[in-house]
Amino acid sequence: MHIIVCVKQIPDPEIPSAKFKIDPATKKVVPPAGVPPVISVFDERAVEAACQLKDKNGAKITVISMGQGKVADVVKHALSMGADDGITLQDSAFDNLDSYGTAHVLSKAIQKIGEYDLVLCGRQAADWDSGQVGSILAEMLGIPVVTIARNIQAADGGLRVERVLKDGYEVVQAPMPCLVTVSNEVGLPRLPTGMGIITATRKKIPAWTAQDIEIDPAQVAPEGAHTEIVKLSVPIRDVQCEIVTGKDAGEAAVELAVRLRAANII
Amino acid sequence: MDTHKGILLCGEIEKGRLAPITVELLGIGRVLADKTGQELSILLMGSDVGGLSEEALAYGADKVYVAENPLLEHYHSDACTMVAADLCRKALPSILLLGNTDIGRDLAPRLAGRLQAGLATDAVELDIDPDTGLLVVTRPVFGGNALASVMVRNVRPQIATVRPKTVKPAEKDTSRQGQVIRMVAEVASSTLKVQVVERVEEKVEGVRLEDAEVVVSGGRGIGSSQNYEMIWELARLLEGAVGATRPACEEGWIPMLHQVGQTGKIVSPKLYIAVALSGAMQHIAGCSGSKCIVAINQDPEANIFKVAHYGVVGDFKEILPAFMGKLKELLAK
Ligand SMILES: Cc1cc2nc3c(=O)[nH]c(=O)nc-3n(C[C@H](O)[C@H](O)[C@H](O)COP(=O)(O)OP(=O)(O)OC[C@H]3O[C@@H](n4cnc5c(N)ncnc54)[C@H](O)[C@@H]3O)c2cc1C
Ligand SMILES: Nc1ncnc2c1ncn2[C@@H]1O[C@H](COP(=O)(O)O)[C@@H](O)[C@H]1O
Repeated sequence: MHIIVCVKQIPDPEIPSAKFKIDPATKKVVPPAGVPPVISVFDERAVEAACQLKDKNGAKITVISMGQGKVADVVKHALSMGADDGITLQDSAFDNLDSYGTAHVLSKAIQKIGEYDLVLCGRQAADWDSGQVGSILAEMLGIPVVTIARNIQAADGGLRVERVLKDGYEVVQAPMPCLVTVSNEVGLPRLPTGMGIITATRKKIPAWTAQDIEIDPAQVAPEGAHTEIVKLSVPIRDVQCEIVTGKDAGEAAVELAVRLRAANII
Repeated sequence: MDTHKGILLCGEIEKGRLAPITVELLGIGRVLADKTGQELSILLMGSDVGGLSEEALAYGADKVYVAENPLLEHYHSDACTMVAADLCRKALPSILLLGNTDIGRDLAPRLAGRLQAGLATDAVELDIDPDTGLLVVTRPVFGGNALASVMVRNVRPQIATVRPKTVKPAEKDTSRQGQVIRMVAEVASSTLKVQVVERVEEKVEGVRLEDAEVVVSGGRGIGSSQNYEMIWELARLLEGAVGATRPACEEGWIPMLHQVGQTGKIVSPKLYIAVALSGAMQHIAGCSGSKCIVAINQDPEANIFKVAHYGVVGDFKEILPAFMGKLKELLAK
């Protein structure tokens, strides 16, 4: 089985809110100084899901990531977890693409890779939280898609996938090739092993440009984007928290109950 | 593009009724339709849903498209994408709205792909740009640390999914009239590539989170499933539901279905008690609609105190027993 996993590099989403900064003029997020970017949370789970399939059934895992600068770092991270090959997609034509443009670039890269049985994406990228690229990509590739998976098993020549629903889950049988978007329920990502890190460091990671995957920059030009961000702001929170105190924790707790009662909340 | 007109909603049906999110879509849909002087339509897909047309009209739709087929009894991704895409190609709506629910999250991006349209997910605010007449979708990004406004420029329809409990539900007016159109929903099981083998409903213990007036949530600081008992006890005392942060779920202290947040349940109780959780924006996304938030955390700098109305700084193991003791006394009165 050949599994392609799409991973994105993002600013660390778990930094304290106080450190989060934007530039409203350019409508961009200012990456926090000194905090290295990370692999998007659900994409790391997608790598984990791919590794689980590899452990059980044997598979080759290829990781692809479109991005700028040190985007190879997230590919290396996936390699150190157990992926076999990695490719980055780097071209100034790929900067600031919307979901549709991103899916287009990924679809071209996947077509160049050629043979595959399964494409994995995260359920959503943990920066812009869109949750679109996986499904659009599947439509472009003309393959079935199963979204928000919590478990993926090889079965009956295809895949048996559990999808997270509001009040439970659904078990579906999908043929291959197909695309599955992965949720955190597949399990915590494995830690890279020492051996994995060494292999990852030595591995050559080709960087494909627009030309390599036959994309005419005009195809992904900003004027043609399907969506445009017209404003970016930081919401103002104006809640004043009333800190309830006492001579010790127990007394503060009693006082809290009394105040909630007085305010008719309980 | 100018041939695209009107607003189309994708309805959801829950236990034989229009789902709450659908009544919310009808509310915002009506507002947008009136602002642009356009028609509001809704698509109802199911095995036997025609009976809900009247209800949809009463809630503000001008037109109801009914697509009935036994294969549509439950949401099926392939089938519903086919039916909804087919309608969009025929009816040519300018705006298409869905709920940001397990259904809409799956269906909307597939439609965006298939129709080569533009999509903004998880909207908390929708408006019409006065200059262009286009839809402006405001959505939390970066876990809720920022808000982005998005417009669909060159393509149609302009698709958005709307976060539950963020827009005002429509009011019912049974005197409203409208048109009901039955579609031929031709979906053959042979064209469905993905087969649904089984649907498993997982029962949550206690009160349902979405319906609860009081929610008590615990975070990573709770430390063990044993300690989590205290959260359950407090919830029982207040006849409320039990929530959790993602780490608490991933530690296995409580089933995943209790997760509150951006990727979990959205709750809007009268009272939300947040215990030993830091108040990450991704969590707050699920509870910021609460009328009153109470925080118990030993770290006075924790973000939760920036969104809470009442707070106690300290160890929950000392605070909760005393709090519950006093509560029992007060509630007995
Ligand atoms: C894309 C994305 C989506 C996400 N979706 C969700 C989501 O839907 N829901 C969600 O919850 N999270 C979500 N997260 C994770 C989120 O970012 C945080 O990591 C998570 O909410 C933190 O959980 P926590 O507050 O329980 O843990 P922590 O941040 O570790 O906080 C634990 C808190 O407990 C306090 N504490 C410890 N011991 C005690 C004690 N004895 N008494 C009192 N206080 C104590 C500490 O001071 C600390 O503030 C998401 C993350 C990403 C990136
Ligand atoms: N630049 C990218 N490179 C590789 N994969 C991506 C990229 N952007 C998005 N994806 C994939 O698409 C998923 C959904 O992204 P999004 O629709 O942006 O939320 C992510 O979890 C990734 O798996």
